[in-house]
Amino acid sequence: MKLNGADILINCLCEQGVDTVFGYPGGAVLDIYDALYRNGKIKHILTAHEQGAAHAADGYARVTGKTGVCFATSGPGATNLVTGIATAYMDSVPMVAVTGNVGINLLGRDSFQEVDICGITMPVTKHNFIVKDVTELADTVRKAFYIANSGRKGPVLIDILKNVQVAECPYQPQTPKNPATKSVLPDKLKDIADAIEKSKKPVIMAGGGIIASESSLLLRELAKKCEIPVTYTLMGKGCIPDGDELCLGMLGMHGTAQAVKTVINADTVIALGTRFSDRVALNRDKFAYGKTVIQIDIDNAEIDKNVTSSMHLMADLNQALTALLPLLKQKQRSEWLNEVKSFKKERNLNRATEIINSASRLSPKDSPIITDVGQHQMWTAQNFDLQSPRLFCTSGGLGTMGYGMGAAIGAAIGSGKLAVLVTGDGCLGMNMNEISTAAANKLPVVILLMDNRVLGMVRQWQKLFYKRRFSQTNLERKIDYIKLAESLGAVGIMLGENDDIENTLEKAFNTACEKSVPVLVDCVISPDENVLPMIKPGATYDTQLDKMEENK
Amino acid sequence: MTAEIKKYTIGALVSNKSGVLTRISGLFARRGYNIESLSVCATEDEELSRMTIILKGEEYVLYQLIKQLDKLEDVIKIGCADELDCVYRELALIKVAASVDIRRQIVEATEIYKAKVVDLSTDTMILEITDAPEIIDAFVKVIKPFKILEMQRTGVTVLARGTHTLKDRDCYGDNVN
Repeated sequence: MKLNGADILINCLCEQGVDTVFGYPGGAVLDIYDALYRNGKIKHILTAHEQGAAHAADGYARVTGKTGVCFATSGPGATNLVTGIATAYMDSVPMVAVTGNVGINLLGRDSFQEVDICGITMPVTKHNFIVKDVTELADTVRKAFYIANSGRKGPVLIDILKNVQVAECPYQPQTPKNPATKSVLPDKLKDIADAIEKSKKPVIMAGGGIIASESSLLLRELAKKCEIPVTYTLMGKGCIPDGDELCLGMLGMHGTAQAVKTVINADTVIALGTRFSDRVALNRDKFAYGKTVIQIDIDNAEIDKNVTSSMHLMADLNQALTALLPLLKQKQRSEWLNEVKSFKKERNLNRATEIINSASRLSPKDSPIITDVGQHQMWTAQNFDLQSPRLFCTSGGLGTMGYGMGAAIGAAIGSGKLAVLVTGDGCLGMNMNEISTAAANKLPVVILLMDNRVLGMVRQWQKLFYKRRFSQTNLERKIDYIKLAESLGAVGIMLGENDDIENTLEKAFNTACEKSVPVLVDCVISPDENVLPMIKPGATYDTQLDKMEENK
Repeated sequence: MTAEIKKYTIGALVSNKSGVLTRISGLFARRGYNIESLSVCATEDEELSRMTIILKGEEYVLYQLIKQLDKLEDVIKIGCADELDCVYRELALIKVAASVDIRRQIVEATEIYKAKVVDLSTDTMILEITDAPEIIDAFVKVIKPFKILEMQRTGVTVLARGTHTLKDRDCYGDNVN
């Protein structure tokens, strides 16, 4: 069968089981969009901006576990994807980004809408390809999906020249290859099992790797069998049900007092699929000083990168935990668990966290929760109770403001359920155009806008470290969010400072479900709330602040 | 606790495609590795190139560099040469000012170092030396007083003694070597 490059691309996407693509057409991808139109099997979501498409592909990938796909044209279309690709890279989200480029006769001549997108995305992709020959296209696409989805997952970019899209060559369909797996070393497993057995006060630190490797159930089994308390990183949220008696909540800069105290008092830290980022370990040299650190990660380069391990295993967590569990004996650690229980503290409540707590109770079960970046993100991570993995989408590593609206679209489509986006007025300002995309696609997305008229997190740091010099953190905007929502095709609901939270949220969830529309709830909150508790950057865990401390 | 800064020689087999050097040098730049020299050459397999990298840093940086490079799709094999018994060789061409009255002295030094005179003009000479890098350093020191006009060194090439080859080296897994 002879096909042109554009048709080969679309056929290869079908081979990989791609059902949805997020993107934006343009001059250099006209043939690809024509092939998409003629093929008719793949749903395409036209976003308002390519960045939204990249974030949507990311949100789709996080909730489904499949590889997210986005399309953009050459030049500005391609550069607009970059933030979305970098976000996916930092959080190890499988994604394939396809861009068009000018034809080979124009390449390298500063032609209209020409940009070296492979050069630009080299540091933020697992790998990227520029396809100059149609005979290489099919295998390149297959390889891209393989790379995105194998080992530590991440984004791959394919830049396809215009002439390749129209050139023809024979095409043979192929079934996708499964990622190769390495066998787990038995000696190392035995050592790890012995160390866990011997430990008196172990704690599990569960990261995004648990979710990426679909190991949540194994993690819970391990925790139950050996009675080990579990704390998760921001990327690991959902790996163990919030509220479970072994769940300590989130760890790190804004981690719970219980998680932090447990880590301080533990003799063994079992790090599963986590890279001890500076927002988690804070002071990497002192974080686990004097403790046994057991690290299991699929990425060899993460082992001993930030915190030196006492023993480690480079392996897929699902395989590693499956092999480890039979080596461990049932064990009771009631003394340690009682001690851990005594560390528990009430959550810090304010208007925003009350709203989030209510949303957590009222939102339909199994709704994906998406956040933007800032105070509302931490409040959500601390307060939104999740029962399952793959329900939490947040930009953890890159901290991309403006991530949420695009990701919510991808999450709503990927899950086929109502999505809850918790955002702030700073973040929403960055990609609010995508509300129109959600409206056009009749997506039930409830947007809880934490409207404090300031850039809350930056402002909090200005209080902590800059003597309240609020440089450029007051948003003097005159936006009427209700009218904004309505004009973009969504429903706007006001939640004033004295309005009843439960009634308003119920109305929002019902409207979104019944009418299948995005509903924006303008939640007016005080500009002066803080995210607590907090450990200052680079500080040790014992310095966790329970109250706000300002330098004057 | 300050770790010792040492020089390490790393060999890598990489795919022979355009852009590979950019990927690798870009990784060095963004991760802040201090690279002293990098040489790339063809191999017996036309699909592969071989890179020799001289890194100055702590042992931690060595292992990070190897593991990070190992993650790149285009890096096929990688290993640190210093852990094996290896032959290190480098070639240098040195153009030196050589008026008639000092030629004899230069030739003498050249002979002692088993270097060669490969060009002679009325006022200059070009010397060629192929040897271990530290021998070349020593030779350059001897020649320097005669006034070096320009000099070029190829960077180190390295092969392990015996049957050991980089392409057969097991550098994947827990014990990156």
